[in-house]
Amino acid sequence: MPKDARHWGRTRKGARAAVGVALALGATLLTGCGTDEGAAPTLTWYINPDAGGQAELAKQCTEASGGAYTIETSLLPNDAASQREQLARRLAAGDKSMDIMSLDPPNVPEYAEPGYLAPVPADVAERTTQGVLEGALAGAKWKDEVVAVPFWANTQILWYRKSVAQAAGLDMSKPVTWDQIIEAAKSQDKYIGVQGARAESMTVWVNALVESAGGTIVENPDAPADELKLGLDTEAGKQAAEVVSTIGKEGLGGPGLPTQTENTSMIQFQGDQGSFMVNYPFVWPATNASVEEGALPDTLIDDIGWTLYPAMTEGEETAPPLGGINLGVGSNSQHPDLAYQAIECIVSPENQAQYFATNGNPPSNEDAYNDPSVTETFPMAPTIRDSLELAKPRPQTPYYNEISTGIQQTWTPPSDVNPDSTPATSQEFIIEVLRGEKLL
Amino acid sequence: MSTSVEAAREAPAPTRPVKQPLSDRAKAERRLGLWLAGPAFVIMLAVTAYPILLALWESLFKYRLTAPADREFVGLGNYATILSDGLFWRDLGVTVLITVITVVVELILGFALALVMNSALKAVRGWLRTAILVPYGIITVVSAFAWFYAFDINSGYINSWFSWVPGIDADLNWFADTWTALFVIMASEIWKTTPFISLLLLAGLAQVPGELTEAAEVDGATWWQRMSKVIIPNMKAAIMVAVLFRALDAFRIFDNVYIMTNGAYGTEVLSLLAYRTSITRLEIGMGSAVSVLLFVCVIIICFIAIKLFKVDLTGARGGN
Repeated sequence: MPKDARHWGRTRKGARAAVGVALALGATLLTGCGTDEGAAPTLTWYINPDAGGQAELAKQCTEASGGAYTIETSLLPNDAASQREQLARRLAAGDKSMDIMSLDPPNVPEYAEPGYLAPVPADVAERTTQGVLEGALAGAKWKDEVVAVPFWANTQILWYRKSVAQAAGLDMSKPVTWDQIIEAAKSQDKYIGVQGARAESMTVWVNALVESAGGTIVENPDAPADELKLGLDTEAGKQAAEVVSTIGKEGLGGPGLPTQTENTSMIQFQGDQGSFMVNYPFVWPATNASVEEGALPDTLIDDIGWTLYPAMTEGEETAPPLGGINLGVGSNSQHPDLAYQAIECIVSPENQAQYFATNGNPPSNEDAYNDPSVTETFPMAPTIRDSLELAKPRPQTPYYNEISTGIQQTWTPPSDVNPDSTPATSQEFIIEVLRGEKLL
Repeated sequence: MSTSVEAAREAPAPTRPVKQPLSDRAKAERRLGLWLAGPAFVIMLAVTAYPILLALWESLFKYRLTAPADREFVGLGNYATILSDGLFWRDLGVTVLITVITVVVELILGFALALVMNSALKAVRGWLRTAILVPYGIITVVSAFAWFYAFDINSGYINSWFSWVPGIDADLNWFADTWTALFVIMASEIWKTTPFISLLLLAGLAQVPGELTEAAEVDGATWWQRMSKVIIPNMKAAIMVAVLFRALDAFRIFDNVYIMTNGAYGTEVLSLLAYRTSITRLEIGMGSAVSVLLFVCVIIICFIAIKLFKVDLTGARGGN
């Protein structure tokens, strides 16, 4: 009996404790779920990974709002493909927390077409697109309407080793062509830095080559999937395949070419075999950092030059790749007006300049390039700005992912590319996939 | 020696008892059992049967997550597309190849390790088991990255370490060719999961009655005869469990391929195809159909393994 009593006592104590915990938990949950009428609404900004620049802008704009809103950042996965997947799943599920999203330009149509993006108010569109470089603006539009706000824009330029160009007798003060850099690298027995991996970077390269040759990968980007017309099996497609095939077959990309991405191209370029490389501006701060750490020789920095992306034909304009980030608002956001207010703050030219100087991501707004901090940190800023003027976006269609993956599968490894057959095979394959007749 | 084994094998199966009406106590116990097991059963249905049935239903539609308005019933159309596509059969072939090679190699290596562990001195047995199990304790994604960075042409050290081996030099890009990439993928898989098989086989070895092997030894049986006539037949259930578990695991291989090649250059496996179709392409209908076919393959493997080994796991008692 005493034993039972002790047990009962323990049980009662335990029960009281459990009820206490449950009440406390319930109160916490209710407080968390309830809306605090007096507090400023919290806007969630889904950001892509960077060096902390977006979080800093969120903080600054929260302070600048004078208590109108608070911006909280939520980190998306590392690579663009995974970012797209997560955003698409959340948008399709009607997630109400999609207040502000950092969007990769080629994914914008996929979200805009089913109405997952809240319309950009006309006045906001007008204010935020003033002075925006042409290439960056093209990546924020769908069916000729601005559906996202350009934030920062990325582009590839041609990086070169001055010593190699000089030894090859190439005048880098004038625009250069792919044939010229191929010949120069060949004559000096060096590697050209291109991205030949079966990844998104391959589509970036092929698109730039086709556009530079005067073609376009998708001729009617806003058509339904089974009516899309592709421009790969054309003279421009053949010229693009000739460049890829030559670099691949003649070993000019080095043995790592079939798995080479932007980062590995940079590492190769920084080494003894480096000559020319097409790549994004991140190369500059990354190389400087390695030199400062002592991992690379000091002389390397002085040997690096930059100019516009190579042209396909001498005397004709180049069409460099366009990347970057646009800001969109989810159609299920509970505060779209505030979200657009916050976006206006984030994309102000001053903030873009700050973001470039601190995080190395180029502004989409031309005015930001006049900021002294920009040219101080990035001496190649004028080249980047010129490149963004000429840049051409990747196909702006809701079916970009299919087209991109189709290109990746048919144009890799570069040594297997055949100018006479690859463009046609690739085009046929992508069309069959878009019609739902083939797996990808 | 064989007499006792044969006798054990030929023992008559227990006859089914005649059905008697249940007593009140038995009925009450059965009711209690149902109440106790019921919630678990319902939860099992919710977390396994529901997603499977939903996948089956979704696989009958042409449905893309970012085009909900275009959802269309296509019946078995997705299955027809998949089964008539060379990509599916190539991916199935790669998956089967990885499964067969890794399971066979792991079985041989695992058995050898189990024998070593079984006959090791008592003093070192614990240490030995721990040492052998280390690779299995490493998270698959982590081991995949480790193997990737070791073999990668930019960051890897394998090319310089093994440059004395014919065919390996500084320019060998392991992940740019189907066979070299598959070699690394399979090697990492074998390295990681052989301890699992060896542990299962060690448990099987421990179940072999000592008197049988002793009798065989007294009868003058050689090492090979003892192995093939006494030990292995008595470990049939353990071998079957090891093969079945590993075959299912290997057939669903994903992490290694995803990290090392992401399916490039002919290394794509079925689970990666399902992932790419459902998650990357957001084609829920087609992706569900690939997943259903993957599920069917897994069931076929179970069926084959159980039929092949003729083992009734529910009645298995070591020497069955």
